[in-house]
Amino acid sequence: MSAHELIIVGAGIVGAACADVASAEGFKVTVVEPGPIGGGVTAAGMGHLVSMDAAPWELALTHYSLGLWESLHDLPGSEYSRCGTLWVARSDAEGAHIADKQARLAGAGIRAEVVDGAQLRQLEPELISGLAGGLLVPDEGVVYPPAVARAMIARACHRGATLERARVTAVGDHEVTLDSGQHLRGTVVVAAGCALPTLLPELPLRLRKGHLVITQRYPGTVRHQLVHLGYADSVHGNEASVAFNVQPRPTGQLLIGSSREYGRTDTEVSMPMVRRMLRHTFEFLPGVRRLNALRIWTGLRPASTDGRPYIGRVGARPGVWVAAGHEGLGVSTAPGTARLLVDQLLGHQPAIDMQPFDPMRMAA
Amino acid sequence: MTERYDVLVVGAGPAGLAAVRAAAGQGARVGLIDAQARAGGQVWRHDVRHGVPSLARRHLAAALESPRVDWLAATRVVAVEAGGLLVEDAQHARRLEYDALILATGARELLLPFPGWTLPGVTGAGGLQALSKQGWPLADRRVVVAGSGPLLLAVAATARRHGAQVLGIHEQAGRDAMLRFAGGLWRWPSRLVQAASLRTHLAGVPYRWGSVVVAAHGDDRLREIDIDGPRGRQRIECDHLAVGYGLVPEVRLARMLGCDLTPEGAHRRVTVGTRQGTSVANVYAAGEVCGIGGRDSAIVEGAIAGHAATGSTTGLAALERRRRGARRFAAHLSRHFALVARVRELAAPDTLVCRCEDVPLSALDDFDDGRAAKLATRCGMGACQGRICGAALAEMGRCSPHGERPPLFPVRLESLA
Amino acid sequence: MSTCVRIIVNGRAFEVPEGISVAAAIAHAGQPFRRALGGQRRFPLCGMGVCFECRARIDGAAHQQTCMVPVRAGMKVDTDD
Repeated sequence: MSAHELIIVGAGIVGAACADVASAEGFKVTVVEPGPIGGGVTAAGMGHLVSMDAAPWELALTHYSLGLWESLHDLPGSEYSRCGTLWVARSDAEGAHIADKQARLAGAGIRAEVVDGAQLRQLEPELISGLAGGLLVPDEGVVYPPAVARAMIARACHRGATLERARVTAVGDHEVTLDSGQHLRGTVVVAAGCALPTLLPELPLRLRKGHLVITQRYPGTVRHQLVHLGYADSVHGNEASVAFNVQPRPTGQLLIGSSREYGRTDTEVSMPMVRRMLRHTFEFLPGVRRLNALRIWTGLRPASTDGRPYIGRVGARPGVWVAAGHEGLGVSTAPGTARLLVDQLLGHQPAIDMQPFDPMRMAA
Repeated sequence: MTERYDVLVVGAGPAGLAAVRAAAGQGARVGLIDAQARAGGQVWRHDVRHGVPSLARRHLAAALESPRVDWLAATRVVAVEAGGLLVEDAQHARRLEYDALILATGARELLLPFPGWTLPGVTGAGGLQALSKQGWPLADRRVVVAGSGPLLLAVAATARRHGAQVLGIHEQAGRDAMLRFAGGLWRWPSRLVQAASLRTHLAGVPYRWGSVVVAAHGDDRLREIDIDGPRGRQRIECDHLAVGYGLVPEVRLARMLGCDLTPEGAHRRVTVGTRQGTSVANVYAAGEVCGIGGRDSAIVEGAIAGHAATGSTTGLAALERRRRGARRFAAHLSRHFALVARVRELAAPDTLVCRCEDVPLSALDDFDDGRAAKLATRCGMGACQGRICGAALAEMGRCSPHGERPPLFPVRLESLA
Repeated sequence: MSTCVRIIVNGRAFEVPEGISVAAAIAHAGQPFRRALGGQRRFPLCGMGVCFECRARIDGAAHQQTCMVPVRAGMKVDTDD
């Protein structure tokens, strides 16, 4: 049995961010991770940094975190590209929501510019004509999350953190049990992504499978990350769904998402789902039909049952905290999650209202 | 668009053509796919100047002239779907369904990294042969052939036939291994004849064993190479270096279908039982994909698979005997042309291992897991989908990226939709 | 191989032997192939559709493996990315 100050379970983007912030605050950190750093859902996602405004808690968390991302762009290998986000409305009915969206973002201090159909095509010549309009959020961008996670862990280790290559099989009172049988004692932060149910089953988690397709290099085809205004419906719905989301990678490749399915725990590629996602993509970008797909993969988003991440003390378990259940927001909200959690550990006032994320909200 | 075949054959080399002939001969409706514009695979690749050998002509005719055979040229398998394959050609994509599938996907060349291997002018050995046959201008170009295997002799002969000046053939296997190989050839008289014939075609071309290319030099193009041999180090000026270290079974489609694989050296081949059946029902495999064995094994196994796929037992015993004999020769060959340790260690820290993404060997040192290396360095994420670097890294005893997800080849997005 | 076809490589017209591959045609034309990520010139390596080093834009379609495509009269080939 060994004694540690702070044990972080999981070295995905959220765990890595926690290790980074905690070690900077002087915590002696031990990160426990069985696989490659950033190799779980962190490696599967799109790495987009976007302010999402479907609910006040979402806007508060993503906006706060994107602010913290500003100082992380230069991390080695991050491939940060400030391509901006372009939200796209197909119909006038959808277009009617653009002004509200701009107002909400403006209320949080986020610069956003309403564009009409003609301006949309100027910004993105590959977009189908006849779209109602959109909203350009120029200050957002994309990163390569596995490299950021690696860089954050490296920074933490530079400050004295250690990385244990092991799997945590159980979490107890100020303690974790490893697959070797060894016990580590200390304050525990569970940032285990999809493995949350095996450690804290009282925090309900559903896995939401997503597909992604990346193309060969076609630089300049798409300039901004493109998202359909109706994207939030897919996130907050319960059916299998697709939502238009295409991203230009700094390599010149196009990364095409997105799909969501509940009730699938395998990572097999489903060609029918890919078909559906691509057909939907062509409705916005007809010209990409002739581009070549190079790789297709899937990821499982860890989603809490009410859609809000768990960030904070796990009340019923002494010495146990959690930072998990981020669904598709893990990359955008990792630095924010880490800062908020560490502030709570230190007894400082977190920058935003933490009530929506209280893990104990799930106590019946 | 969906088509259904009784028997679908993937790969139009000797194995695939033999399979098609056998299956069509039993009355099956047969589909044949190959990514090349013309059938023949690599061994029987159409030479723009010299056509194909008469044996190849006979096999091609026997397979392709049957009205029961649909020859789908320049067509690639890109994904596996329930009960069928998604294939793509330059214009369209379609779904091909089958009662039986025969994998005759052949092999690709093992290319090992060494300083300067990315210079224009450096090709595979089989690579140069393929380029020669497809019309590459070689007249009066100075060519050095290196690496391993009897293939080097065929490459040199082809290059010469296309007007190249072959400066030498450098086999990495040592003298003793070569003598043992030659000494065993009496058991396969046709091979002795073949060897003698090649010797004639290559009169005047030095053949060196225990000889390895350690570096290629040049600015925009290959200018000269360094060779380490029993006589020490030599520098040779040349226009082309054709270097390959043997063949690796092309098992990706088999793996995607869920077929069991058996280790073959550092690589894998498809596991087949009697009658060329794989571990997956109604899927058969024949030829190099079942283990490197050369043209004769491929022809026999293709015939066995073609019969098996139609439920016929015609002439099976005789075919089986021929298969055993052919495979015995292949085993003799692989024993004596085994790679020496040195060729796996030619790369310097700054030698690119992943050519698609410009990843040097040193970037991989921090990783003991292929997937972690891929995520961190992009090794294997490029256009060739990890084929070139994957085989090289496996041979070098390092972790290599694995790909089992579709697409099998880069494919138009519209084909997936 | 006595007949020639006329193709355009990198904006210039060339007469190349009929029936050869586009890769061989680029070589006959004395034109370079593509550049690697780091800027170095590359060249076909495997000759048989595995390595993608020979890729070029053919008649507007990018990333075509030139060693796998036979030349056609009037074909437009661009090797610089």
